[in-house]
Amino acid sequence: MFRATLKSLLARKVRLILSGLAVVLGVMFVSGAFVLTDTLGRSFDSVFADGFSEIDVNVAAKPKVELNEMEGEQTSAPLPAALVDRVKQVPGVASATGIVNADGARVIGSNGKVVSSFGPPQLGENWTGESDLLQLREGRAPQAEDEIVINKSLATTAKVQVGQKVGVLTAFESKKRDFTLVGILGYSGDRDSIGGVNEVFFTTPVAQRLMLGQPDTFSSITVSAADGVSDEKLRDDVARTLGADFDVKTGEQVAADASASLKEGLSFFNKILLGFAAVALLVGTFLILNTFSIIVAQRTRELALMRAIGASGRQIIGSVVLEAIAVGLIASVLGLAAGIGVGALLAFLFGKLAGGLTLAGIGVPAAAVIGSFGVGLVITVVAALLPALRASRIPPIAAMQDVATPDRPLTKITVTGSVVTGIGAVLLFLGLSGNADGQTLPTILGGVLFAFIGVALLTPLISRPVVSLLGAIFSWSVPGKLGRLNSGRNPRRTAITAAALMVGIALVTGVTVILDSAKGSISALAQDTIKAELVIAGVQGGPRPPSFDPGVLDQAKALPGVQLVDGEYGDMARVDGESTWVAASSDVASLRQIFGAKATAGDIDRLGPTQMLASSDTATSRGWSVGSTVNVQLTRGEARTYTVSGIYESSQLTNPVTLPPAAAKDFAIPQPIQGFIQLAPGARVADVQPQVEALLADSPEVSVADRDAFIEQQTSSLDGLLTMIQILLALAIIIAVLGIINTLALSVLERTRELGLLRAIGLRRGQTMGMITVEAVVISVFGALLGVAVGTGLGAAVVEALKDEGITDLILPWGQMGLFLGLAAIIGVVAAVLPAIRAARINVLGAIAHD
Amino acid sequence: MTATVGQQAQAAARANDVWKVYGSGEAQVIALRGVSAEFERGRFTAIMGPSGSGKSTLMHCLAGLDSVTRGTVQIGETTVTGLGDAGLTKLRRDKVGFIFQQFNLLPTLTAKENILLPLSIAGRKPDPAWYDTVINTVGLRDRLDHRPAQLSGGQQQRVACARALVSRPEVIFADEPTGNLDSRSGAEVLGFLRNSVREHGQTIVMVTHDPTAAAYADRVVFLADGEIVSELIEPTAETVLDTMKKLDTPAEVGN
Repeated sequence: MFRATLKSLLARKVRLILSGLAVVLGVMFVSGAFVLTDTLGRSFDSVFADGFSEIDVNVAAKPKVELNEMEGEQTSAPLPAALVDRVKQVPGVASATGIVNADGARVIGSNGKVVSSFGPPQLGENWTGESDLLQLREGRAPQAEDEIVINKSLATTAKVQVGQKVGVLTAFESKKRDFTLVGILGYSGDRDSIGGVNEVFFTTPVAQRLMLGQPDTFSSITVSAADGVSDEKLRDDVARTLGADFDVKTGEQVAADASASLKEGLSFFNKILLGFAAVALLVGTFLILNTFSIIVAQRTRELALMRAIGASGRQIIGSVVLEAIAVGLIASVLGLAAGIGVGALLAFLFGKLAGGLTLAGIGVPAAAVIGSFGVGLVITVVAALLPALRASRIPPIAAMQDVATPDRPLTKITVTGSVVTGIGAVLLFLGLSGNADGQTLPTILGGVLFAFIGVALLTPLISRPVVSLLGAIFSWSVPGKLGRLNSGRNPRRTAITAAALMVGIALVTGVTVILDSAKGSISALAQDTIKAELVIAGVQGGPRPPSFDPGVLDQAKALPGVQLVDGEYGDMARVDGESTWVAASSDVASLRQIFGAKATAGDIDRLGPTQMLASSDTATSRGWSVGSTVNVQLTRGEARTYTVSGIYESSQLTNPVTLPPAAAKDFAIPQPIQGFIQLAPGARVADVQPQVEALLADSPEVSVADRDAFIEQQTSSLDGLLTMIQILLALAIIIAVLGIINTLALSVLERTRELGLLRAIGLRRGQTMGMITVEAVVISVFGALLGVAVGTGLGAAVVEALKDEGITDLILPWGQMGLFLGLAAIIGVVAAVLPAIRAARINVLGAIAHD
Repeated sequence: MTATVGQQAQAAARANDVWKVYGSGEAQVIALRGVSAEFERGRFTAIMGPSGSGKSTLMHCLAGLDSVTRGTVQIGETTVTGLGDAGLTKLRRDKVGFIFQQFNLLPTLTAKENILLPLSIAGRKPDPAWYDTVINTVGLRDRLDHRPAQLSGGQQQRVACARALVSRPEVIFADEPTGNLDSRSGAEVLGFLRNSVREHGQTIVMVTHDPTAAAYADRVVFLADGEIVSELIEPTAETVLDTMKKLDTPAEVGN
């Protein structure tokens, strides 16, 4: 039996290659994701280990507002300079150095634009001398107030040289300040940057003032141990002396913690990639199921003969499953290898993009190997199980007579499909309505999966009317008509092939519906409410939003034709112990006049220095009313108590909490990140805009745009997200195309005699190819139609569920949908090429004369 | 054996010194050794011979389904030999009809659609009077909307016959048309083929190994080892059987 299986496997290798390819692609995705994240993770480890290699013990203040990776970068509070002396007196300390080290030092390149790091921090630091890690390559250390040293890769990107004047924006000054570049530094091992981080070194007082906002403070203290004192002992001694207000860690711990927070992000990224891999594998499952079904159908006679000469049903199942295992095994090996390649390539590209992250060697984590083989084998065997069961039910008599495979009734499959679709719908409803007991995401995903399988099971029933309707388009020509009839001939086969395409298209459509609706709703709301003709804002390139010089606000206010100017500040703060987004407006009157806010309680037109406003939703959920006192801890400074003096109606555009403008100085970014300018009646945008533009000459991170351009700019990040998702889902669609090719190729093989006859009675080669192409186009357009329909349904359901979140308009992307259908037609034509050529080459005599 | 030719001007199909060789070297098989034959217009000719005699090969070559190694084949005024795929397709479309042992109907089409398929492919309209005649002759009027799977073997073969007849080809080639039928259905089909020759002047060339079937023909050509060895005009089952018996003992052939 084993021998027979292997022989039959070899005999049909071409057919199996295509279905195997689907598994290869899916497995590639899985192993690629693991290899990529593992490689990046180890690279970050080594970057941080390097960055903190010279620190024995590090002392920092506890951050006032603790944030997790998803909430944003956490800023630790400054330490008083006097602390350095206290640390120095701890026995076992050889030296202690105060360090200024904060994100937000942005160098302006020779083209006048701010150099972005696209992710890694842009550190502003005090110069504390060269070390084993850090050496000057050119020039000298900064000595005067207006002198800086920057790292080599930053100098290269900014195209600046030693001796030149260089503009820098700092954490506390978003107005350009000119410095003289006196030196360029590099790192041990001839590196120009460590992990793409940009570094600007000032003299200590300048760094304190511009990066920390206070003289005589430091971000941290670096301690080195005297000979014979271990890092751990020193850490414990220092911690005991300083008390519980400070984080005292060894250099190794600091590196591990910094790396861990980045790895948290990486593991999230890994999960997303695995999610897309799952989609690809789901589609691959359809493809394998179909291939094995067709192969079993074609081998009916052979399998019946085996039964007739004594093989048991169990042996038949065994032989089919064995084939599946062989295919799965080979595909897993290939997929794993391809994944390692893809993972390595992506890691390389990421390293380049992140400004020269030095990659640790490419490694293959155990998870990649286990994942690849597990997924590849399980998927293949599960998909082959149904066809194997069917094979075992072939009666031995089928060997003796031509058993025409009768159309099995679709009742059973339709009932099952309805039930499964129903389960999917219920799960989706539970998940989307928030009744899933904290299991919202798994419930929704389960619902989507069930919905896909259910619809796939219903597809044979739907396929008859829809396919004949679709095919009617082609019925004007004989090959078209024949192609149409062929595609309706085996509803199950057509259905499962189309269903594979459906999955990819449905997800793309669903995501497009959701994002378009979100974008449309937000734009519409913004257009309805924002009554500012001009907006100052920038495009965010890294983790830190662009900001500008607050002086611009007053200068703009003084321009002729300007009625009202509002600068918006924002930060994550701890409000009554919870992480909350807080905002401050430079002019609180703008709330009503520019953003159309309506008071639901109290007074929202005025705000005293100890008063705050809240949105109605926030007030309700926190139980605040006018007069409530609220404890607010900002990134800097001590916790303060504010009294709620007014509550405004919540909308998508309102901030949960609005603090008085004076509070903004303790925000992580103490500069405005957006500015709104309302013009006086009769003033023209074209007159005012250039004047505001001139004011922003020293704030190169931002620009002034009219309101619609601003809204477009703010929502354009959704377009990027959409493109990303579409690219990742393209793999699922490619696998579905393989499925169409496979189905057609097998059908051509099965219909050799028929094709021969058609050729014998005068069908031309071109017409033969046309016939196959029509069949493919009908199948693929059918799949796309299903996908668009299911995707619209899913998308609409999610949009409905998000109504309370402000996505009020359901926007159906008709253009995109049309595009998908057109794309499907092209996919059909492409998929048909090889099978059609094969069909056209069929030897007429061979096809009809075989007995 | 060129003595067995009929009247030149009336030929619907003609083979001139046709050789067909498969393979090369030791594996070489000569299927046809210089066969020359003519098949007169409006006659029903049967080609007979034992297995491996080359009778099917001769038919395939005549119909343009297979190429010849040497010699030429003509159908009507058209020289088949040397035509490319497009030419052969056109030839099959316009001048040749086929009837196969396995019926070879398209399962997706109804009987009527199957019958009209060659005309649809060629983009021609059927002649309504002739279509009616054909349908009446094959006796399928009440079965026209059935699919092949709903028809008996005999009915399917009658559909195949109607498909071959409806485009009024120069010549119809029938390859063991009764091979898959019981004797009664076979007799019906053969009778109907003979009628189409007698009443409508259709030319039919039929390959068979069944003497009873051959007896329906006007003339029987016998092949053995790739050569034409004998011929009978107005055969009966008995005379055909006699000739076949003689062919089994080659020494008695040819006198």
